[in-house]
Amino acid sequence: MAGGLVSAVAARRRTLPGFGLTMGLTLSWLSVIILIPLAGLFLKSFELSPEQFWNILSSRRTLNALRVSFGLAFAAACVNLVMGSIIVWALVRYRFPGRRIFDAIVDVPFALPTAVAGVALTALFAEKGWLGAPLAELGIKVAFTPIGIFVAMIFIGIPFVVRTVQPVLQDLDPEIEEAAGSLGASRWQTITRVILPSLAPALLTGLALAFARAVGEYGSVIFIAGNLPNISEIAPLLIVIRLSEFRYADATAIAVVMLVVSFVIIFAVNRLQRWAQSRIPAR
Amino acid sequence: MTIEVKNLVKKFGSFAALDGVDLKVNDGELLALLGPSGSGKTTLLRIIAGLDWPDSGEVSFNGEDALAQGARERHVGFVFQHYALFRHMTVFENVAFGLRVQPRAIRKDEATIRARVKELLDLVQLDWLADRYPSQLSGGQRQRIALARALAIEPRILLLDEPFGALDAKVRKELRKWLRSLHHEIHVTSIFVTHDQEEALEVANRVVVMDKGRIEQIGSPGDVYDNPATAFVHGFIGESIVLPIEIGDGAIRLGDRQLNLAAEGLAPGASKLFVRRHDMLVGPPGSGAFEGAVQHVRNFGPVQRAEVALSGGETIEIDAPRDKELRAGDTIGLNPRRYRIFAG
Repeated sequence: MAGGLVSAVAARRRTLPGFGLTMGLTLSWLSVIILIPLAGLFLKSFELSPEQFWNILSSRRTLNALRVSFGLAFAAACVNLVMGSIIVWALVRYRFPGRRIFDAIVDVPFALPTAVAGVALTALFAEKGWLGAPLAELGIKVAFTPIGIFVAMIFIGIPFVVRTVQPVLQDLDPEIEEAAGSLGASRWQTITRVILPSLAPALLTGLALAFARAVGEYGSVIFIAGNLPNISEIAPLLIVIRLSEFRYADATAIAVVMLVVSFVIIFAVNRLQRWAQSRIPAR
Repeated sequence: MTIEVKNLVKKFGSFAALDGVDLKVNDGELLALLGPSGSGKTTLLRIIAGLDWPDSGEVSFNGEDALAQGARERHVGFVFQHYALFRHMTVFENVAFGLRVQPRAIRKDEATIRARVKELLDLVQLDWLADRYPSQLSGGQRQRIALARALAIEPRILLLDEPFGALDAKVRKELRKWLRSLHHEIHVTSIFVTHDQEEALEVANRVVVMDKGRIEQIGSPGDVYDNPATAFVHGFIGESIVLPIEIGDGAIRLGDRQLNLAAEGLAPGASKLFVRRHDMLVGPPGSGAFEGAVQHVRNFGPVQRAEVALSGGETIEIDAPRDKELRAGDTIGLNPRRYRIFAG
């Protein structure tokens, strides 16, 4: 940003006018929409003394809620990364009847109100549901357990991986696979040495987005989770519970921690993605 | 390594990309497949490489059935028109790729691989680019790296698909010369595909002219230029004057004018007469097979080009030596020094 300002001053007559106007709008809009609410959140949490803050966070219920939220979100994002890549591969590389329909289905979790998704998933995985019943016979209980949260998080995260990786794979020339094959690479070597490294930045972005979405997910999860404190209670729900008990400072304390942890994780993935991108300089 | 292709047929839907192709490539030869787009030349090359499979026919290397092997087993170096370099790898790693993916039992150690890559980069004169990424290179450099990468596996055969097609004219000319001298140095049996006749004639030992999935003629560059086997070859290679003629009663006619050319041994009916521009000799009126009025004369390069309206109704362009005096409005006689007549 600073570099942009300096060069804007240095080159008074630029070929692309409107820098001042758009920059001003960008800054004020981002402030109103994102920065000021977040600052408010931090301010509110300062009403607590450090000791109170620490006590809220180190309570068993808070720690468990954070663990459930971040742990399951990360696991779900990893599953989405693998399955999403396979779906992208099939959608981009093969022509089969109904391909466009499958392609459209991928977007359903984007569009569906999350509460509807939650109700549907709960019905499906409840003990008498279509999938719940056979699973119950195997001794696996999905609805009203952490597994249910995991399933809901996979559901809402999948389009993020698919839609991030799809254009990059479409852009990847099939000739480079032929080149690898004619140079003696096996199919596996072609995938691991040529295709995946070329897709790495997009895969990491997809992972980060699916993870962020899963951490923040509320609507679909609370229906299927059962919401047992310490077991299947997610952090966003705990925040809502604290709010309904008028313990606003408690709620903001948990929120601040979620914000910081999310930010650190997203930042780390971003660095990783930058590093992967640096190995593929822009064309 | 010799390559033999027998009765190769490949269809894409109802379109016959290859329609019964027979070809023998000698050991150490540099062969050009020349033809317009859609003639099947790239399909033939891809089948030899193992990147495509024929509907029927045979391909053998040194008498051994090649169709029984996949691209991976054939040990064929393939250079793509758009280079197909791995953009997440440095130039060095691109060239080293074929050596690094070898089965562990025969894989060379790191020092040997490094030495070999260095050697190849020296061969294509780009050792100073080893640490760059493909996106940082010019088109000509990328193509040379693609060639070095293909040579790293010590291919038995080198196949190049329109290797200079995506480059600008000047770089293309340089790389042509360079490819010929490189082939002279390494002597691996090579086939390259091109639609540029000049490129084929200048670089190859032998030229295969293809059209509509069939081979029209195989011969040395001089051969296909001087003795085209078919009307297609005559029209495709070099610039030709084509005149529609009628053969009958032991005479050749252009429109209503009888030409002073021998008609012995020619089948009667509508035919086409092909003459190279520079083979049309200019003489005084009434001296040659054709008569015509000069319309325009343009002087440039080693010859002057004249547009002549023949008395038979056709207008042709001829190349005459610069010292011949030609002016617009002159009436001249024209006599073809060499010509070919093809039925149809």
